[in-house]
Amino acid sequence: MYDFAYTKPASLADAVHALGGADAKALAGGQTLIPVLKLRLNRPAIVVDLAGLGLSGIKVTGGTVTIGATTTHATVAASLDVQRAFPALACLAAGIGDIQVRNRGTLGGSLANNDPAADYPAVALASDATIRTNKRAIAAGDFFQGLFTTALEPDEIITEVAFQAPQRAAYTKFRNPASRYAMVGVFVAKGGQGVRVAVTGAGQNGVFRHTAFEQALERAWAPESLDGISTPADDLNSDIHGSAEYRGHLIGVIAKRAVAAS
Amino acid sequence: MPQVSLTVNGKRETVEVEGRTLLVELLREKLGLTGTHVGCDTSQCGACVVLVDGQSAKSCTMLALQADGASITTVEGLAAADGTLHPMQAMFREHHALQCGFCTPGMVMSAIDLVQSHPEGLTEAQIRHGLEGNLCRCTGYHNIVKAIAAAQKLMHHQQQAQAAE
Repeated sequence: MYDFAYTKPASLADAVHALGGADAKALAGGQTLIPVLKLRLNRPAIVVDLAGLGLSGIKVTGGTVTIGATTTHATVAASLDVQRAFPALACLAAGIGDIQVRNRGTLGGSLANNDPAADYPAVALASDATIRTNKRAIAAGDFFQGLFTTALEPDEIITEVAFQAPQRAAYTKFRNPASRYAMVGVFVAKGGQGVRVAVTGAGQNGVFRHTAFEQALERAWAPESLDGISTPADDLNSDIHGSAEYRGHLIGVIAKRAVAAS
Repeated sequence: MPQVSLTVNGKRETVEVEGRTLLVELLREKLGLTGTHVGCDTSQCGACVVLVDGQSAKSCTMLALQADGASITTVEGLAAADGTLHPMQAMFREHHALQCGFCTPGMVMSAIDLVQSHPEGLTEAQIRHGLEGNLCRCTGYHNIVKAIAAAQKLMHHQQQAQAAE
């Protein structure tokens, strides 16, 4: 790892100011950033630790679950409020990485990184989440913009995320047997906005909504509704773990399992 | 050089580090606590697990500076001053839960967090699932699981006895 300066601001304004400098990088739980720095894939001049900003916490109001950006996966998974209001969200958080990763990794860090195999982008997209920053509120549909790319500006910090708890929902993933990352993860949700199906792990451009599945599930919320609907392989990942066609097939299988589990 | 102040195994320490110094480097190289191991250095194997404010964390995936103000427990901090082993260490010995021993410190620290965060008790399946972040290359998992199952009884008993006092 190359060396860098480190700062841990105590206020959002100071953090935004620090991130405005040249080659600054925000650090939340560090479960992705630190491995990336070890591989020298990134060389920041300064790392801005967001842990001192008090952005951690969970609020449930009506059907909205609002979670602070630096809330850890372990905290979300263990929260009785989240388990009651939006069980599929608690379940998704409980399945990220391993216990040690969940103890350090954060919601905001996962969304800002937008890893194509990350779990949180799927629930954000499928539950019409609003991502609030120091500048604005961004709808999840506008937030994810491709591999490791989001609508965030360099000096923009996620402060909290508001999820709309659906009436029915579930997240199912097919893990790579070695890395345990999702080769395909599907979040299905049926809520006030209608049906949402978000797919992670498979898309060349990261998380995406499966509109053909959504239309079929609007007609009838049952696994059989997805029979005969194929997923074109054109925009899917192909790598040593599986071809695009394989992933396309897997999306249908996993989506059915998710609907059955909801 | 930046300084980090933290408590390690009950002792206050203030150490000069670089921005890039990892917590595990601070523990091993600056404080000489080589019980915490570096296996994969890629957050997968769990040989470097320590407790940070009571929660298990991979110390190879944490900057030393992130631990400023925190209380760290390493495997060296578990036994009593007179050498009496922590129940988890005692049960690892009792059930021969190690072969080469490389993964043992991380296994022990993860297991302690696992037991402490489940006061209601753990099933064998939960113990196995809870060790997802720790790899044993000797594949000695069976006795590790047995040791944790035995230790959880001792730890919960000890906790109840302490609460009664």
